[in-house]
Amino acid sequence: MSGAPVVAENAAHPDGERLADAVRQISAVRSRGLRRSLLVSTGLLAAVVVVFGVSLSVGDMVMPIGKVVETLFGGGDGGSRFVVLELRLPRALLAILIGTGFGLSGAVFQTVLRNPLASPDLIGISAGASAVAVTAALLFQVSGLALSAGALTGSLVAGTAIYLLAWRQGVAGQRLVLVGIGVGMGLSSVVWYVMARSDVTDAQEAFRWLAGSLNGRSWSQVWPLLIALGLLVPLTVLAAHALRPLQLGDDAAAGLGAKVERGRLALLLCATALAGVATAAAGPVGFVAFVAAPIARRLVPGRGAALPQAALTGALLVLVADFAAQHALPSVQLPVGVVTSIIGAPYLLLLLARANRVGSGG
Amino acid sequence: MERTPDVATYREDDERHGPVVAEHTAEHTLEARDVRLGYGEREIVPGLSVAVPPGKITVIVGPNACGKSTLLRAMARLLAPSAGAVLLDGRSIQEMPTKEVASVLGILPQSPTAPEGITVSDLVGRGRYPHQGWFRRWSAEDDEAVARALLSTDVLELADRPVDELSGGQRQRVWIAMALAQRTDILLLDEPTTFLDASHQLDVLDLLTDLNRERGVTMVAVLHDLNLACRYADHMIAMRAGRIVAEGRPVDIVTEELVNEVFGMRCSVIEDPASATPMVVPLGRHHIKDPAA
Repeated sequence: MSGAPVVAENAAHPDGERLADAVRQISAVRSRGLRRSLLVSTGLLAAVVVVFGVSLSVGDMVMPIGKVVETLFGGGDGGSRFVVLELRLPRALLAILIGTGFGLSGAVFQTVLRNPLASPDLIGISAGASAVAVTAALLFQVSGLALSAGALTGSLVAGTAIYLLAWRQGVAGQRLVLVGIGVGMGLSSVVWYVMARSDVTDAQEAFRWLAGSLNGRSWSQVWPLLIALGLLVPLTVLAAHALRPLQLGDDAAAGLGAKVERGRLALLLCATALAGVATAAAGPVGFVAFVAAPIARRLVPGRGAALPQAALTGALLVLVADFAAQHALPSVQLPVGVVTSIIGAPYLLLLLARANRVGSGG
Repeated sequence: MERTPDVATYREDDERHGPVVAEHTAEHTLEARDVRLGYGEREIVPGLSVAVPPGKITVIVGPNACGKSTLLRAMARLLAPSAGAVLLDGRSIQEMPTKEVASVLGILPQSPTAPEGITVSDLVGRGRYPHQGWFRRWSAEDDEAVARALLSTDVLELADRPVDELSGGQRQRVWIAMALAQRTDILLLDEPTTFLDASHQLDVLDLLTDLNRERGVTMVAVLHDLNLACRYADHMIAMRAGRIVAEGRPVDIVTEELVNEVFGMRCSVIEDPASATPMVVPLGRHHIKDPAA
């Protein structure tokens, strides 16, 4: 295909001038959008870097940022090396990684299913992870990496079950969301049943995991998650090629030559795995997947799915929430999920209230 | 992505000569051969053959649930026939690569919905999807196709407005612009005038006629308004209960008997004073001057 100087060639045509003008207008609109999206991404990235720096330097022992940087690059004494490299760094990195995973996962779910309620924490994916993790921990005394693997398996199994139950010559967004909420409720009752049957101390431990917490997390959770995201993020980017037509609805997408069902399945698989690995590392940190994408879309209106911005928003959200969870109350470390829920729950109410007013039911 | 030689040739010619490529587009043929269509157990079209005349505007009419949209969906490859085949240039569209079909044949679905907040230029730009690969994302050619589409549908000044803020008529023009940006030689439209007021219905049909005359685009549309169908169709297909009752030029086929057979409605057919095409004047039980007529 010749993509060369079309505008110049067409200048000979009677309406060449008008066309050239229109082309200029179109590309101006496009580059304005692109500039804004780059600007927002840079801003979000900068905010992530700043909060990341603050999380490394502030704690029971406040360390000047210069010393933090020095320690990161191999300097510092034994004490500061321990505090920064062993305690704070893995925790802050983990916050960024799970935020990225949840943010990206939620954005993909919501755009593929064309429904703002379709996020893994509301449609049963996280509930699947929780059911398996809690059962494994309380009934079979599984812990550590095996527990994470169990949580990942749980989310993938729940995702597959929801997809199959919602299948009726293709999968419609609305039906999948409803089936997902139902499956999620069923799985939650499994969680509560197992907890009710267990020893109180064990149940309390499980409860902390269920709230979604970064307390006491170390490098042993960072590495598997880093590797998993290193695989899943590029796969999601590749699969997201089909997102542009899919956003227009099944018929329009098929008319544009997209392989609708296959494209949707690939995207849902990536998004389920993203939510699964993030949940495996820190428990089902509530509402991050749910709010990250809508916030990102507000920041870059009219740019479609805004996947990179949603991932960055998720990272920033978890980083800030975990910082607040550590330092908001003196002498108490809250689970990060408590803070994200404080942010997320009002948004859910707002969304439901607005949907009711518009009459779209979400 | 590989292309058949004739498609590639057409694309290059198209860029050289601008919009006037009528002689090329007539090369593409679309026909349904012995197709049986339905959803699940429910069969709607029990075996039907039809050929779309190239370079013409074909309009499918018929009562509700007669299978006209189903037939259109099958021709657009949105629905797989349980028997028979839809042939594009003699090849079954179910067996062709999806993007190859989409670069020749476009579809405007019935009442499409845009994702929340999407801008007009972004929506129209998505019509370029079949021409873009994994790594060739956006080019000057794409910009030009979008610009032409916005110009010919007269929505250029809306380019950076969100689609959900537009009126129904503007929105429909934007969706047509998206289908145009796809630059296909065949365009299928499922009730493109539904939910539009009378003047916007005329606008849309005039626009489709312009495109047909200037670019030689083969059109197939499902329409509800019989008189507009008679006026704008070069070729009309009248369906009832999954079968074609009559097809041909409206002037040749639209009679009181046909309307009665297809729609089960008494009427008189007169000449449209504006276009000299048949005009159907329905006769109900009330408000008739001479009930015996």
